[in-house]
Amino acid sequence: MKRALLIGVLLSGVLALVPLTNDAYWLRLGTTMLMYGVLALSWNFIGGMAGYPSFAVAAFLGLGAYTGAVAQKFGLPMGWAWVAAGLSALLFATLLGAALLRLRGHYFAIASLVVAEVLRELVNSATELTGGGMGLNLPVPSMISVQAQASFFFYAMLALVLLTFVATVITTHSRLGFGLRCIQQNEAAADMLGVNTTAFKIAAFALSGVFVGIAGAIYASWVHYIEPPDVFDVLYSVKAIVMVLLGGAGSVFGPLLGAAAFLTLEELVWRKFLEVHTGVLGLLIVLLVMFLPRGVLSITQLWKRPKDHRA
Amino acid sequence: MTQALLRVQGLTGGYGDVQVLWGLDLEVARGEIVCLVGSNGAGKTTLMRTLSGLIPARAGHIQFGDVDLSYANPERALRAGLAHVPEGRRLFSAMSVRDNLLMGAYLREDGVGAINADLERMYVHFPILKQRHHQAAGTLSGGEQQMCAIARGLMGAPRLLLIDELSLGLAPAIIEQLCDTLRGLHREGLSLLVVEQDVATALELASRAYVMDTGRITRHGQSDTLRHDPAIREAYLGAL
Repeated sequence: MKRALLIGVLLSGVLALVPLTNDAYWLRLGTTMLMYGVLALSWNFIGGMAGYPSFAVAAFLGLGAYTGAVAQKFGLPMGWAWVAAGLSALLFATLLGAALLRLRGHYFAIASLVVAEVLRELVNSATELTGGGMGLNLPVPSMISVQAQASFFFYAMLALVLLTFVATVITTHSRLGFGLRCIQQNEAAADMLGVNTTAFKIAAFALSGVFVGIAGAIYASWVHYIEPPDVFDVLYSVKAIVMVLLGGAGSVFGPLLGAAAFLTLEELVWRKFLEVHTGVLGLLIVLLVMFLPRGVLSITQLWKRPKDHRA
Repeated sequence: MTQALLRVQGLTGGYGDVQVLWGLDLEVARGEIVCLVGSNGAGKTTLMRTLSGLIPARAGHIQFGDVDLSYANPERALRAGLAHVPEGRRLFSAMSVRDNLLMGAYLREDGVGAINADLERMYVHFPILKQRHHQAAGTLSGGEQQMCAIARGLMGAPRLLLIDELSLGLAPAIIEQLCDTLRGLHREGLSLLVVEQDVATALELASRAYVMDTGRITRHGQSDTLRHDPAIREAYLGAL
């Protein structure tokens, strides 16, 4: 546990040097990668540890983005707006979890998929509060240069991904994490051994919501303008799942590795195949999932395996 | 009858609109092995699941020691000392044997020392589990999985262990071995309520037995008496 935390802190230390390059492209890419990291780590709580295929990431992201934006519209300072976004996502995920987690497998996946659509329609029709389809402008932070702003949001995302990572490490080594892994493997047996499966699943779902909510609010402040189809985009849910599967579900570093790998792929493919990039990306994902079903992290286990057999 | 550890009175229950249990009375005394036999669909598993709180009782009373478990959930039942080894074993197949056993002690609060001592005790009763302790539970043979499931139940330090379908799908030699181990545990003070399809095995293991049919107890008594009961012989033992 200490080792994982140490690696995490060292990694953030290295990443904290990125703004020193003063290169707008790398800063933007880096901030996106960190946001992806938050999404992947968050999905990992419910999808990786508990084994419940949630598609609610987009819902939490959009909810957080709009909570942050509306809070700032009513004069709340940016930092507090982010906190408010996290709290609203936490509350929403808890209530939603209590309702949705009665379902299992595909049924749960479909139900969670619908949530983002419902929220998008609500935001679309609440024109007075959210601007509806016209979108919502956010106040531009009062910083001197564009460069300083870019660095600021990079660091904000970095802090958030570190926070999510620490929460992941602590959860993995706690009673909750142990219980979630049991639920993932055999929920009936976990129930029988006295694991409070309902409460644990709701806790995992809440954890999968709160950090995404904050990420949504930071994203909104970062880009200054949000509209429903942008922040409630179901692709965010899909990407989070793909990233975790790429990296290795249920592990601590897998989601982070997956986020970095996914963004690299996305960026490279996008540059090289401008017109068919989604097709090529899809194909790559299919190949990766087929040949590395347990993620990039499982490569390290390929070497260990022969030794285990002998033992 | 000596002190009853488990006393069930007028228990009814089922799933949704389907009522399965129609007013059951049953008792297990302290330090007793009791068997529950009956054909498929008689409601044996439903009774087990109701006793351990996995499904709620509709009416009736479940008294366990001095605790009322009539409307308990699995957590309360287990804390009171009633553990359930489910039908089909339901192990955490990707987890090691050792981790499966430790999960059985999930609710215990008497410290790492006591839990480790019990783990060693399990390895004495089921030596094969010690050999396999690092292996994923899903890679064990059927008999080993059943041992693992029983040992996991015991890791909760229960006073009464419910075992559903002890011998299902196991080789006769393994069943014999399991029964020996259960007798050993019984000598150490464990009480057992065992569901068993094979009536001959059941009557040999238990001192008393209940016969269940369509959600009711139709007969009960000492194993020796039941073994010579013509109706039982005809229906379950295949000999006249």
